[in-house]
Amino acid sequence: MSHVTEIIHQYLRHNKKFPHVFCPGCGHGIVLGSLIRSVHELGLPKDDVAVVAGIGCSGRIAAYVDFNTIHSTHGRALTFATGVKMSNPKLHVICIMGDGDATAIGGNHLIHAARRNVSITALVLNNNIYGMTGGQCSPTTPEGASAMTTPYGQLEKAFDMVELGRAAGANYVARGSVFQANMLERFIRTAIERPGFGLVEILSPCYTQFGRKNHFKTPVDMYRWLKENAVPRESWEKMTEEKRRGRIPVGEFAINDAPGLEQRYAEMAARLKEEAER
Amino acid sequence: MKAHLKRFEIRFSGLGGQGVITLGRILGHGLALGCGYNVTQTQSYGPEARGGASRSDLVISSDPISYPKAESLDLLAALSQEACNKFYRHLKPGGILLIETDMVRQPPSNVFIGLPFTKLAKEKLGAPQAMNTIVLGAITHILPFAQPRAMKKALEENLPPKIQAMNLKAFNLGQRQARTHFGPAPEIWEGNGMDEKEPDQREVL
Amino acid sequence: MSRTSAKRPKGREMFALGNEAVAEGALIAGCTFYGGYPITPSSEIMEIMARELPRRESGVFLQMEDEIASLGAVIGASLAGRKAMTATSGPGFSLMQEHIGYACMAETPLVVVDVMRGGPSTGLPTSPAQGDVQQARWGTHGDHPIIVLSASNVQECLEMTVTSFNMAEKYRTPVILLLDEITAHTREKIFVPEPDEFAIFNRTVPAMPPEWYKPFEETVRGVPPMPPLGSGYRFHTTGLTHDVNGFPTQRPDEIEDLMLRLFRKIDQFYPDIQLVDDHQCEDAEIIVVAYGSVARSARLGVDMARESGVKAGLVSLRTLFPFPRNPLIQRLGAARAVIVPEMNMGQISREVKRVASNRVQVRALNRIDGDIITPTQIYKAISQA
Repeated sequence: MSHVTEIIHQYLRHNKKFPHVFCPGCGHGIVLGSLIRSVHELGLPKDDVAVVAGIGCSGRIAAYVDFNTIHSTHGRALTFATGVKMSNPKLHVICIMGDGDATAIGGNHLIHAARRNVSITALVLNNNIYGMTGGQCSPTTPEGASAMTTPYGQLEKAFDMVELGRAAGANYVARGSVFQANMLERFIRTAIERPGFGLVEILSPCYTQFGRKNHFKTPVDMYRWLKENAVPRESWEKMTEEKRRGRIPVGEFAINDAPGLEQRYAEMAARLKEEAER
Repeated sequence: MKAHLKRFEIRFSGLGGQGVITLGRILGHGLALGCGYNVTQTQSYGPEARGGASRSDLVISSDPISYPKAESLDLLAALSQEACNKFYRHLKPGGILLIETDMVRQPPSNVFIGLPFTKLAKEKLGAPQAMNTIVLGAITHILPFAQPRAMKKALEENLPPKIQAMNLKAFNLGQRQARTHFGPAPEIWEGNGMDEKEPDQREVL
Repeated sequence: MSRTSAKRPKGREMFALGNEAVAEGALIAGCTFYGGYPITPSSEIMEIMARELPRRESGVFLQMEDEIASLGAVIGASLAGRKAMTATSGPGFSLMQEHIGYACMAETPLVVVDVMRGGPSTGLPTSPAQGDVQQARWGTHGDHPIIVLSASNVQECLEMTVTSFNMAEKYRTPVILLLDEITAHTREKIFVPEPDEFAIFNRTVPAMPPEWYKPFEETVRGVPPMPPLGSGYRFHTTGLTHDVNGFPTQRPDEIEDLMLRLFRKIDQFYPDIQLVDDHQCEDAEIIVVAYGSVARSARLGVDMARESGVKAGLVSLRTLFPFPRNPLIQRLGAARAVIVPEMNMGQISREVKRVASNRVQVRALNRIDGDIITPTQIYKAISQA
């Protein structure tokens, strides 16, 4: 426990007016913990880490961590992050977004950041709802689920971010959950370490805006649901179609080594310089 | 010696792909940087530039040019029938019409000068794409204030090295042909009042 | 630029488009980052930067997925310490409004060039207009000061691009350079001075140790120093209204402190920011106020009027906002009428009316058919005034 306190003191901002904005039962605090433990494990100097966040509950994480932090605009965190990374490739750029942030208003930026394969770690905190604005449905709200703007049930199909990230060309694609915190920490660490675009979807329950409207009696119920239904990819692949229904696979879905955009750019610049000197 | 020049307007016009925009740019470059005149060049853009009547305009003057657009032309070079029909009305009284004689089969007036530029490019150079540079050579002959040396330098500065030799040949061919068929430059402009010209600029616009 | 020096500066001549001159100016000013999205009639700026930046020391060029992303990347680059820019036209400029607001709030230096074309909507992609003037002033939501500059010929495109970067860096603010299709797409002879002939302003960086640094604290100029990300000064940047440490605040006193400083840092330097040129104004009875390519027509129109014995003068505006009230009023002298020709229905004439209608009659001369206002039109308006 003292180890944890030490890390908290090292990585969280003392001059920030805590407490944080997260509701009781929210999963985002666990993500925050996994993030600082990952950075700590990798031994990255705080000056070399830039955190760029979008708008929403998840976006507030940027203010709490003692790195170079940018709280950007709704959906556009990846565009800011791309500018930062290309301007200073030495920085480890970590993007924190929500599901509405990354897949609705910022969906196109997510696709193109993955396509460029620029070395950014994108953490999408998926709570299946717009939490901060009061519980409206998002592109990841499950079919049939109840939200303030789907009072008769969501008719639309939910986005599968893993498939999206893989198809768009991200080097690393993983899905974790806040219930499996050690696994999540490993995914975040891997995404930061590897070259190219790393997308980690994180299932993070929102009891206040989603759970209460969708038959979860307590926040604990939501974690219990994650425990039972967020199944490792290996088990998922062995499951019958019927058993898969209502469950969601977690694990690593793409691990490639293609050089990041900033590296390809540096190589091009070096080539041009060499040609000019010749 | 550079002649003092009041506002003088030229329009190159033709089909997209004939190279009229490059032509305008190179002539402008030569007159501005080589001959020391003030020059503004404007052109058609977008879909208009790729099909139909493409155009490139130059305004040339010894004085600073306030209004950058050509409206009342001293010289119209028309390389297609459509361009000729469209822009002939912008030619001012006494202005010169130069046409591509195979492309403009129905000139709007019997007062014009012309050469079969495309045929010359094909038959004398074996390079139809150098047609616009033959026009540039001819125009350099026509314009008393354009120095051939400056134009050749402009060609070298604007074209990739690979095609420079061919274009210099085309330029010389254009000059020779113009000299043979149109006579000495000052005579071409007789009646246009270029020498004594003190145009009221209001009339130009 | 050292305009006062008697000897001719070192440099070279070019036969260049307005758009090419913008790119030249940006490179002279030290721009090392361009993020953009293609749009007529601004694309040449982007194409030149795509060719030049990768060949230059630490130059970065990125084509983004849209104009929102373009300005997002530019902000990221600026926060990372770069001089950064983008260029666009009306439809793209509309998409950029969100991030122009962010750059105002987070005090991020950057330059947005908007080459105006006919609108609204897709409008007239290859025809000139001046319809984005009030959008440049008020396009992003919320109360905010902003610097909007303009250029009327190709030489000015170069000079005003350098000036745009200088003001952006000096005041930590987005600067919008409004051109029109004619200025951008006219080729003419320009003189490109050597970069060392220009006074180049770079943002101030903090001199104090990181633990003393407060990123949004009041300073003498109202402009806090700005370190590049990753230089040891870890701080928080946000589009939320924030306190001196950069953290979100709801406290009325902190909100007011921030907002007043954002205005004051621009307000108190009006003489440095408000640039106008004049021509024949000393004894003028009728003064034309124009900007962009219309100022060229206006100059000829004024000369025509003078030839016919009418005492006319021209004030051409290089700064559109903050609207140059004092420089304009000083030049009005004894004029009895002001004519404001514009390729819109009266976006600057309303500003002129606001500041001058109590002393002179102000008339608008508008054209919205996708063509330039001619000298003759302006001459006629002077004659009838």
